Amino acid sequence: MSQEHAIKQTTIDKTTSITGAEALLRSLVAEGVDTVFGYPGGAILPVYNALYDFKDLRHILVRHEQGAMHAAQGYARATGRVGTVIVTSGPGAANCVTGLSDAMMDSTPIVLITGQVGARYLGSDAFQETDVVAVTQPITKWAYQVRRAADLPEAVAKAYYIASTGRPGPVVLDIAKDAQVGMVENYCHRHVNFIRSYNPEPETSPAAIAEAAQLINSASKPMIIAGGGVTGAGADALLQSLAEKAEIPVAATLMGMSAMPADHPLFMGMAGMHGAVGVNVATNRADVIIAIGMRFDDRVTGNTATYAPQAKIIHIDIDRSEFNKTVAVDVAIHGDAAKVLEALLPQVKPASHSDWLRLFAECHQAEDAEVYSRELRRSGSEPMTMGEVADKISATAPMGTIAVTDVGQNQMMTARYFRCSAPRSLITSGGLGTMGFGLPAAMGAAVGAPDRTVCYFGGDGGFQMTIQELGTIMQYNIPVKMIVFNNSFLGNVRQWQQLFFNGRFSQTPLLNPDFVAIAAAYNIAAERVADRADLQAAIERMLDHDGPYLLDIAIDPTDMVFPMTPAGRDVDFIMLTPDTTYSHD
Amino acid sequence: MTESPYKLFTVIIYSENSVGLLNQVSNIFTRRCLNIEDVTASLSSAPGVHKLTITTESDRPTMEKVVGQLEKIVEVIKVGLYTDDDIIYQEIALYKVPTMELLQSHELETIIRSHGARILEMTPEYTIIEKTGHRWEIEALFDCLKRYDIRQFVRSGRVCVTNSPVEHIDLFLEKQRQRQKQSEQ
Repeated sequence: MSQEHAIKQTTIDKTTSITGAEALLRSLVAEGVDTVFGYPGGAILPVYNALYDFKDLRHILVRHEQGAMHAAQGYARATGRVGTVIVTSGPGAANCVTGLSDAMMDSTPIVLITGQVGARYLGSDAFQETDVVAVTQPITKWAYQVRRAADLPEAVAKAYYIASTGRPGPVVLDIAKDAQVGMVENYCHRHVNFIRSYNPEPETSPAAIAEAAQLINSASKPMIIAGGGVTGAGADALLQSLAEKAEIPVAATLMGMSAMPADHPLFMGMAGMHGAVGVNVATNRADVIIAIGMRFDDRVTGNTATYAPQAKIIHIDIDRSEFNKTVAVDVAIHGDAAKVLEALLPQVKPASHSDWLRLFAECHQAEDAEVYSRELRRSGSEPMTMGEVADKISATAPMGTIAVTDVGQNQMMTARYFRCSAPRSLITSGGLGTMGFGLPAAMGAAVGAPDRTVCYFGGDGGFQMTIQELGTIMQYNIPVKMIVFNNSFLGNVRQWQQLFFNGRFSQTPLLNPDFVAIAAAYNIAAERVADRADLQAAIERMLDHDGPYLLDIAIDPTDMVFPMTPAGRDVDFIMLTPDTTYSHD
Repeated sequence: MTESPYKLFTVIIYSENSVGLLNQVSNIFTRRCLNIEDVTASLSSAPGVHKLTITTESDRPTMEKVVGQLEKIVEVIKVGLYTDDDIIYQEIALYKVPTMELLQSHELETIIRSHGARILEMTPEYTIIEKTGHRWEIEALFDCLKRYDIRQFVRSGRVCVTNSPVEHIDLFLEKQRQRQKQSEQ
C-alpha cells in the first residue's frame, strides 16, 4: 500500500458507544478505504443511514450489484488496493456472485459487505434471506457472518488482512441486521496482522532459489512466463531486471500482460491460445521455463501432455497449491514473487542468448506477414478490424493509459494490439471470462486512478450485459473512454462456430440499438465511426474530450482472432488462418 | 499386473472450530467427485485446535492437490495425508440384536470372546454389543450376528493417530507463535 494511502489509526474515546453500522464505516476508514461501490436495500439500511452523515467515505451508487463488484475489481486492479462493495441481502448479495467468482479466479482483493436479515430470522426463509456464506464459500477466500455489533471491528480488520495478503482474493462479510443496529461499547479498531491458521508470508527455501539459479545459469534456451502474480507482488521492475541480466525473453499470460512494457526488446508477447507465435513455438523448444505468478491455465498450456517437453520448469508462486496442479514442475519456489526475485537476481549470472532470441524474430516475421498485415494494414473501403482500432488507440493515447476489456474477441484483440506502457494497464477478466465485466471495471479503474486515461474496449454483446452502468458514469461524470467494437455478432462464439461448427451461427447475430442515441440519453458524448478515414480523428476527439466518451465502431463481423491454438491442442499447433498452420523449420 | 493407483487415504485436518468449516472442506472433495467414506470431528491434543479425520479413495496426485486446496481454507491450520501404514486407527460399531435369539443360540459368549467385543446393555428385548477395531473386524462381527436379526447397526468414522515420532501440528503451532511474536514487535 502506498504512502499516500497510509492507513489511519482510529482510536476513539473509550467512553464512546456507537452503532454497529457506524463502527463498520469507521473501521473501513481505519483500514484505508476511501471509496466504496454499492447499492442500498432493506437489510443494509442501517449502514446506509450511518453513511448519510459520514463524510470520510465516497460512495459510488451503481445501477446493479454486479456492476459494483466489477467496478471494485477494476478499482483494485488499477490501484493495488482492496476494492470495497456494500450491498443488501438476498438478491443484492446473489447479484455479486459472478464478481466474487471472477475476483477469486484472478486473485483480486475485494471485501464485499452484504446485509443480512436479523439473527433471529436466520434460517427461516425470511424476506430477502439468502445463505450468503454457504453460497459464497467456494468462490471466496473467506466468507464470514457477523451477528453481534461488538464483533464488527475485528471482523473488518480480518477481512482486509485476508483479502490483501498472501494470494489476494475476495472476502465476504455478511452482517446481520442486529449487528448493524446493536451498540459497540468502547469502539476501537485494531489492525489484524496475525491469524494462527493463516500464513501469507511463507519462508522461501534458499535451496530452491539456488537450484533455480543454477538451472537458469546453465540454460541456453530460457524463457520467462510472467503472470498476474508479478504485478500483484509489485515485482514488475524485478522481472525486467532478471530478463535483462541474463537476456531472457519474456512472455506473459493474459493476466501478466502489463508486467513489462510492450516495447521492451525482450518482451515477446502473450502466451497461449491467441498468443504470439514465437512464444508458443519457443515454449516447446525452451530448455528452462521460469514461470512467475502464473498457474498454467489450460488457455495458456493447450495440451498439457505435450507442453514444454524439453524444459525444466521453475515455478515461483505465493500459492503452494498451484505447484504441479496442471503441469509438473522441476523447481517449485513458494513465496512472494518480489521477494523470490530479489533473492534470485544476485545468483543469476549475466548471459547472452542471441541465437535463441532469433527464433522469436523469425516467428514474428511470419506472424507479421500472415496476421498483423491482415489485422492492422487493411486500407480504403475494406471494413475495419478490432486490431487496427486497438493499435491506433494505443498509438494515440497517453503513456500509462489503462485498457480495460470485456471478454471475447475484443479482449484478445486488445491484449494483442494495445501496447501496455506501465504496470496495471491491462485490466481484464482472465480466469472466469465474464462478459459484462469491462464497462463497470473501467468505471472502477477510472475512479481509482484519476490521473490515468482509462479506455474500455468491449463488444456489442458484453457492452449490453452491463450497459446500465452508463447511468453511474453519467451521475459521477467518470471519464471512461468507451470503444464498442460493433459487429452485430457475439464475435468469439461466431469465430468458434465458423472454425469448428461448420459456420452454423447459432444464436450469435445481434440486432443492436443505436448506441450513440443511448449514450445521448445518458448525456454522454458519443459518435459512430463507420469509415476508416474518420477513425483517427474520432479517436483524438474521444481522448481530448473532458469526461466520458463513446465510440461505436463498425467492425468487420468476419474478422477473427489469429494466431489460434484450438482448445486442447499442442501449444505449438498454431493456426494462422482458418486453413493454414505455422511450421517452424 | 500393475497396482491400482486408487487406495484409501486418511486426511487429518487440524483447524479452528468455526461455523461452516465442514461445508468448505466437503466442497473441495465434491469438486473433484471424491466420495467421503467417513468423517470424524473431535478435539485434538493442541489447545483449541479441532481435528477432522476423513477417509476417501483416490490416487496420490489427486489427494496431494486436495490437501493443497484444504490448506488454503483460512481456518485450516495444517493438513496431513496418510495411508493405513502411517497411522494407528480404530473404528467403533454398535449392534442391536434381539436378546431372545442370542440366548437361544448358546453362542453368545463365544461370539463376544472370539471377536473381542463387549456387551454394553442387555434387556429382555435387546442386547447392545460394542466392537472397536478395524473395518474388517467390525464387518466380521456383523456377518456373524446377521443370523440373529440385527435390528440396528452403526459404525463410526475412523479415529486415528499417526505413528510418526514427530508431532507436526505442534511444530507448526510453535512456528506460528514465533510469527505472532514478530508481528507484535
